[in-house]
Amino acid sequence: MSDLLAARSQMGVSLAFHIVFAVIGIAMPLMMVLAERRWQVTGHAIYLDLAKRWAKGTAILFAVGAVSGTVLSFELGLLWPRFMEFAGPIIGMPFSLEGFAFFTEAIFLGIYLYGWDRISARAHLWAGVAVAVSGAASGVFVVIANAWMNAPAGFELVNGQVVNVDPIVAMANAAAVSQTLHMTLAAYAATGFAVAGIHAFLLLKDPANAFHRRALEIALIVGAPAAVLQPISGDISARHVAAHQPVKLAAAEALFRTRAGAPLTLGGWPDVAARETRFGVEVPYALSLLAFHDPHAVVKGLDLVPESEWPNVRAVHLSFDVMVAVGTYLALVALWTGWRALRRADLAHDRWFLRAVALATPLGFVAVEAGWMVTELGRQPWVIYGVLKTGDAVTPMPGLVVPFVTFTLLYCFLGVIVVWLLYRHIIRSPAVPEWRGFYMPGGGMRDAGGVS
Amino acid sequence: MTLADLLAGVIFVALNAYAVLGGADFGGGVWDLLALGPRKERQRELIAEAIGPVWEANHVWLILAIVLLFTCFPPAFARLGTLLHIPLSLVLIGIVLRGSAFTFWRYGADEEQRHWGIVFAIASLITPCLLGTTAGAIASGALGEGGGAGGDGFYTIYVAPWLNPFPLSVGLFALIAFAFLAAVYLTLEAREQELQEDFRHRALAAGMGLFLAAVVALLLSLNGAPRVRDGLIFAAWALPLHLLTAAAAITALAALWVRRWRVARVAAVTQVSLILWGWALSQYPFILPPDLSIASAAAPAATLRIVLGALALGAAVLLPSLYYLLRVFKSSAIPT
Repeated sequence: MSDLLAARSQMGVSLAFHIVFAVIGIAMPLMMVLAERRWQVTGHAIYLDLAKRWAKGTAILFAVGAVSGTVLSFELGLLWPRFMEFAGPIIGMPFSLEGFAFFTEAIFLGIYLYGWDRISARAHLWAGVAVAVSGAASGVFVVIANAWMNAPAGFELVNGQVVNVDPIVAMANAAAVSQTLHMTLAAYAATGFAVAGIHAFLLLKDPANAFHRRALEIALIVGAPAAVLQPISGDISARHVAAHQPVKLAAAEALFRTRAGAPLTLGGWPDVAARETRFGVEVPYALSLLAFHDPHAVVKGLDLVPESEWPNVRAVHLSFDVMVAVGTYLALVALWTGWRALRRADLAHDRWFLRAVALATPLGFVAVEAGWMVTELGRQPWVIYGVLKTGDAVTPMPGLVVPFVTFTLLYCFLGVIVVWLLYRHIIRSPAVPEWRGFYMPGGGMRDAGGVS
Repeated sequence: MTLADLLAGVIFVALNAYAVLGGADFGGGVWDLLALGPRKERQRELIAEAIGPVWEANHVWLILAIVLLFTCFPPAFARLGTLLHIPLSLVLIGIVLRGSAFTFWRYGADEEQRHWGIVFAIASLITPCLLGTTAGAIASGALGEGGGAGGDGFYTIYVAPWLNPFPLSVGLFALIAFAFLAAVYLTLEAREQELQEDFRHRALAAGMGLFLAAVVALLLSLNGAPRVRDGLIFAAWALPLHLLTAAAAITALAALWVRRWRVARVAAVTQVSLILWGWALSQYPFILPPDLSIASAAAPAATLRIVLGALALGAAVLLPSLYYLLRVFKSSAIPT
């Protein structure tokens, strides 16, 4: 394994690991606050239990996210010192802001977790709101920095020297809005459906369990609207990429030749040597239509640049198709949810609906990882698009396979433990017998309050 | 003072805050490992209670220092990441294990809790040593262009700058300093007199150990870190600084002796902070001695100005929040 590949793999593993915790850290505090609010309004202990469980989940995941985020901030220098030397002054600003947002999140999470008996109910709820808002802000700032790597702005290169640095222009780069919107919605959709899916699965086994029913409702309130909006944001992103990063779009769509009226290729196996995609399903004119809202528009293909500047077409195309397929599925399930909710249907006893939601449990995160692969692999061989190549940014230190293997093993180990802890603390049904069976299909709830 | 000096100062303030707040959390882990005697379990509970609400926030000072460093002084960050790749990677493993072990420890089942406690404690022991070692490597001036001593072997470039007596002695010093701070704070956190006495004894012992470690590091600096040595001995500010540090150290120990916990806390924080600022002053105007100065490593003025604005904005959100956090959780720690 070459040092460059080892460095890229270590960064990839670190990001793939961290992104899960970052995404949950954005959305789970919102669910926790919604549950606490319902508890305050209804006085029903089941919501307090939910809020406390989700708070525990947030605490566990935040702790792992905090340390894996620390690893990333150091790895920027440990693996990509030349990138940071170049980019630090230009794009350090959103990282600094993220530092403050993260700080605020940590402070109010401490207050939220340990302050149940120390501050007023109102102050406690607002502490939770502060966690949710600053968590979302952290994500937005980090994605702005990534957007800059895709659409660099705010500096000029004169004889290889960076001049006229303007960090504000760098933050307001062309990809910032579309990427932050897409990632933030993805966080709510993936987390909402993951939590909803788990409780849907448990409801299939135990339909009378009021705890899982309430959890399902709140999780869908967070996940479903985001999943419905996500295709719209995806369209904004795709059109931006078509205009600013044509090679990435061409790789995502496995389009080898520039052409007008380009078809959309679903699935298939890109054959790079033959410059064609085998076994795919082609939808005529669809790519031109999607990318430029015009069926006859010219879409640039991979032939725009020499093959040495192509990303890994197979990985990018397949990741893209996985992301789009999952996004479509989640949006359809979300619409189904909305339709059923409008008709005041009994979701907890609709077994086909529960199965569809249960299937979604891992899918949102699959889409998040796939989408991340599209944007990161699709930018290669550039680390800063059109400006600095990844191979020129890597550290001169040899033997990088050692830290790569070490951190991979460490993260595998942590991943297993986190899953086990989450099962133990958040998912497992509470041992409160009164919460079983008080939910009556078709009717309201019998009062089972006071079980605190 | 230039804008770059000011921002370097801000970064050092963040490191100082990390040392006296986050450092004490590391120290808590050390005392968890060394919990002894009939009140062993109560000591551990007290440590976990004291750390729990604040420790995530304390950790963020380090992240803040890092992001400010790579924004404002990118060549320094790049060189640190390259030449100190190995100890910094080990620090990261320590931070990851410690952070997750603490959480798993709090939320794990009873039967496996002790295992996580041990992981937490051991990571708390090793990480400060490595952090101190990296600080020592910087101070020793071994991180010059291309890796100090010259030569191009792997060992010469990536290992020799930090794996030698002076940086390691600074690592030991950092470990003891963090343990000292933690013990002093815990005398204030403890509700019961017996626990207070336990941590008073530990604080006194660590305070003496800190003095010895300081002497060892100073002796090793004679050969190992000429710039620090010259700064600490010959500079105009050296004598007053030493007198102040010594006064703070003696006050801390005396206050512990007569059980004036709050005085001891202020004095201990002052002592550790003065030692850090002594280091900073001794290597000024260099950010990475012997050749990378604050001015030559600084980002363009446009970046520095805007970061300063962001700092003001961030502080306006952060300081009231931090005050609220400490008021909610640390105001009731009244000695009995």
